[in-house]
Amino acid sequence: MKPDNFFNEMFEADGSVRPHYGAFADWLDNTPPEKITQNRQAADLLFHRVGITFAVYGEATGTERLIPFDIVPHVIPAAQWDRVSAGLKQRVTALNAFLHDVYHEQKILKAGKVPANMVIENSQFRPEMIGIDVPGGIYAHVAGIDLVKDADGEYYVLEDNLRTPSGVSYLLENRKMMMRLFPELFAAQRIRPVDHYPDLLLETLRNAAPVGIDNPTIVLMTPGHFNSAYFEHAFLAQQMGIELVEGIDLFVADNTVFMRTTQGPKKVDVIYRRIDDDFIDPEAFRPDSMLGVPGLMRAYKAGRVTLANAVGTGVADDKSLYPYVPAMIRFYLDEEPILKNVHTYMCANKVDLDYVLAHMEELVIKEAQGSGGYGMLVGPHSTKDERARYKQRVLDAPERFIAQPTLALSVCPTFTNKGLAPRHIDLRPYVLSGRGVNFVPGGLTRVALREGSLVVNSSQGGGVKDTWIVD
Amino acid sequence: MLSRTASTLYWMSRNVERAENTARILDVAYRMSLLTKDPHLQDQEWFAPLNITGTLFPFSGRHSIVNSKEVLHFMALDSENPSSIYASAKQARENARAVRGTITSEMWEVLNGTWLEMQNMDEDRLYARGISSFFDWVKERSHLFRGVTFGTIRRDEAFQFHRIGTYMERADNTARMLDVKYHVLLPSVEDVGGAVDYYQWSAVLRSVSAFESYRKVYRDVITPLKVAELLVLRDDIPRSLRFCFQEIYEILCKVQNATSFEATRQAGEIYAALQFGTIQHIFSGGLHEYLTDFLDSTHRLGIEIDKSFFDATVPIPAAAKAA
Repeated sequence: MKPDNFFNEMFEADGSVRPHYGAFADWLDNTPPEKITQNRQAADLLFHRVGITFAVYGEATGTERLIPFDIVPHVIPAAQWDRVSAGLKQRVTALNAFLHDVYHEQKILKAGKVPANMVIENSQFRPEMIGIDVPGGIYAHVAGIDLVKDADGEYYVLEDNLRTPSGVSYLLENRKMMMRLFPELFAAQRIRPVDHYPDLLLETLRNAAPVGIDNPTIVLMTPGHFNSAYFEHAFLAQQMGIELVEGIDLFVADNTVFMRTTQGPKKVDVIYRRIDDDFIDPEAFRPDSMLGVPGLMRAYKAGRVTLANAVGTGVADDKSLYPYVPAMIRFYLDEEPILKNVHTYMCANKVDLDYVLAHMEELVIKEAQGSGGYGMLVGPHSTKDERARYKQRVLDAPERFIAQPTLALSVCPTFTNKGLAPRHIDLRPYVLSGRGVNFVPGGLTRVALREGSLVVNSSQGGGVKDTWIVD
Repeated sequence: MLSRTASTLYWMSRNVERAENTARILDVAYRMSLLTKDPHLQDQEWFAPLNITGTLFPFSGRHSIVNSKEVLHFMALDSENPSSIYASAKQARENARAVRGTITSEMWEVLNGTWLEMQNMDEDRLYARGISSFFDWVKERSHLFRGVTFGTIRRDEAFQFHRIGTYMERADNTARMLDVKYHVLLPSVEDVGGAVDYYQWSAVLRSVSAFESYRKVYRDVITPLKVAELLVLRDDIPRSLRFCFQEIYEILCKVQNATSFEATRQAGEIYAALQFGTIQHIFSGGLHEYLTDFLDSTHRLGIEIDKSFFDATVPIPAAAKAA
């Protein structure tokens, strides 16, 4: 891959500025570099003061780190975004329908559109959920859909996150920061606002309450302040005006969930949980979980409390089922998928496995159930040794791995030590499902700050940018 | 509100107040040591802050001599001393982080900013900055936190538990400060009522920001009896024991629940004694003895508050099921 093969978000191939970046380019030309430097430092300071940090797993010291923020926005023209948003709506609707189906009639499996064994034998499939009706039939109330743009300038879905997708607080804080530092940019053009996300989320959670509860008590459940996304949990709870609880704050009596308060026990109706299925209830899942609430699953199955997202959503965002999402869209909605999937090789499949092993240096190979950019091999950037070791891992358990062509992720100008330089980005919109599908325009843009790197995860040295949808 | 949140708020404000009070205690020790010319006696003055805060024992476990440098380091900067200014600032920030969803972002920013600056503080920087200037900074950050809290937080339970923490810590501190004269070297006989005595009592007053109030209230020379009356029994001095307990008692009445009667009763008992006590009566039994009793009953009240509101491990009563 040559650098000129990448789609540059800001510049045309001939070096001219794309129209939707016009206002920003003008501003960049007319603003003294000292002022920009000054504002970049101010941004760092402000983020530090506000304490927007994330914790890094596996680092003994300095477990709190600042997420690097870049001031060059990722700008998307409104017309293009409107197409993307139609695609997101379609995709998430189908994924919710799929989840309802696999825990009820399993029509799609009977129709042979998705291999039944891949669902039933998937470790993320929760037999406990079979026959359980969840309010409104919604499973993934909050979905984070990772999008990338390939060299052809077209969006592809890289993966779906239907369990506890994080990062939305950065989206909100990035915008706040840009408006604070560069108000003139917002005066120069119409940029669609995003700060109503907490309202939309609260509305989604209220609508998810068990039937008959008019004024539900909603809480946000966090694993605690050692979790990497704790800042976000606290932030969202505060923005929505709901309690931020840990497992220790809740208990179950008579299939009803209560929180321990200074005024005695208070009934809880909706739990926006940011903790994995495995840990929510030591009675039902991992008995060693110190984070969960004993009996929570009983209350949930009795319909006395709503969990958002529902238990068992992981089966729909598993990377081994990702290749079947277009089939789900056709099956449930009778529509052609608007957003494209990246071609995926399933190592469980002999033909695919042989291809993958023969083309390791061209492919990105990942664990079907991994997340956060841990444990993946980026072929073009790997050494012979790394490939040999990874090959052994794949051969040991081929069904656990998938592979995709290394996409030529689009680049966006980004401030580096050597001035502005192109860096790879992706985009994660947050899609809310309740009565209808809702989202704020754009999403979280993540940027791989190391030159040439394709890994945008914050745990792997990625940064963030503000995302603008401009009319 | 959540029991755990209430507890964290309570300790957050206790930690902020403790950092401020430790700065006040060290500041007065520092001022008193400047009054003494003899270097040996100067070092003796530094027993006082250790005695006042009850940390002589942990201190002597790690230091062999008592002097200004060692005590200042131990009480201001030592990360291993859980009641040092450093540790209090760190703990307050950790508490704030754990209840970030409950406090206002302005409150969080003050505590986070204080901690970031405190983190960079070491002995060299402390002396370069000037000892008093450092104490002023600590007090200013605490004032700022108080002001930001008052100016931004909703008057809900979070505010109440935050206030209880402040006043519990402050009452404890004022009692200890007033007892300081018991711990510092007694002035020689000819000094009683003399210049050193005067400076020591006025240092106590200044340490709790009550020097000007004393002048306004009494328009008289500084006497131990009146200083004690001002700091124990007056209802209009914001750091007096009575003032603190009026607040504690009233807040406990406001936040009461099914199990908190005993806490309210104890607070009411202490408050009533402060309301109707006389300074002559207190002095007849000995000020030091009175203050020791006071600290004990405040400590017991602290345990009772913990039991009534914060203890999340208590099995839930059957009544909960009906809720």
